[in-house]
Amino acid sequence: MNDKIILKYKVDCDDFTRAGEASSSVKRKLKLMGFDPEIIRKVAISLYEGEINMVIHSYGGTIEVIISPDEIEMILVDKGPGIENIELAMQAGYSTAPDKIRSLGFGAGMGLPNMKKYSDDLNIESIVGVGTTLRIRVYVPIEE
Amino acid sequence: MTIKDVREILGARFICGEEYQDREVHAACGSDMMSDVLAFMKDRAVLLTGLCNPQVIRTAEMMDIVCIVFVRGKEPDETMIEMAKEREIALISTGHRMFSACGMLYSKGLGGGSSYR
Repeated sequence: MNDKIILKYKVDCDDFTRAGEASSSVKRKLKLMGFDPEIIRKVAISLYEGEINMVIHSYGGTIEVIISPDEIEMILVDKGPGIENIELAMQAGYSTAPDKIRSLGFGAGMGLPNMKKYSDDLNIESIVGVGTTLRIRVYVPIEE
Repeated sequence: MTIKDVREILGARFICGEEYQDREVHAACGSDMMSDVLAFMKDRAVLLTGLCNPQVIRTAEMMDIVCIVFVRGKEPDETMIEMAKEREIALISTGHRMFSACGMLYSKGLGGGSSYR
C-alpha cells in the first residue's frame, strides 16, 4: 500500500439521524486495510465529532480523507456561521449548541477538545459568516 | 465480567446480540451525553445510557463498545436495533435508573477506567 487513497463524502446539515455515516464508512475501510485498532479509533472519534459539528452548526459541507501508510489526514470543509472565538471553542465545556441538540446527546462542549485529544495535529481556519475548515491528522507509527 | 454477567446483575433482558453474551467487558461508562462518552477511550467497554437515538449506536461503534445498556426501561427502535446488529453490538434494557445500574455493576467489580486528564 504505497499509494494514497482518497475518500470523499458530502455532509448535509440538519440530518441528525444520518450524522456519522461518513465516519462509519471510513472506520470500516481502515479496518479492512488492516490499520491498528487504536489508530482507527482515534480517526473515527475525531472524524465523528467533526461530522456531528457540521450537522449541528454548519449549512453542510464536505469531508475528504487521505489515507497514507504513515498518516491519515481528514479535511472537513463547511459553509456556515464559522467560529467566532476559536480559543473559547477549544475549551472543554464551552458550547453554542441549542438545547435541542443537547437533548440529543451532543452539545456538551467536548467536540473540539475531543478532536484535539485524539488527533496528532489539528488545524482550524474559520471565517465568520463564511465557514470553517478543519484539518485533522493522525500519525501511524511505522512498525520496525 | 462478561455481557452475560452484566445482564444478570442488572436483571435486564437482551434486545439483540444475545449471541455475543460471552464477550468480555473491561470497563463501563454511564452518560446521556455522547461527547462525554467519546472523551474516554476504553477497551471492551459497556455504555449505560438513558439516551435513545441512532447516535448512541454510532458513538458505540466509534468507541468499539461491545454492549449498550438502556436504563430506565428505554427501548430502542427498529432502526437502532438494525444498526446494532450490523455492528455486532449487544443491546440490553433494564428498568433500573442510571445511578442504581452503575452502582450495581461497580459493586461487582466493573470499573470506570482512568480519570479524565
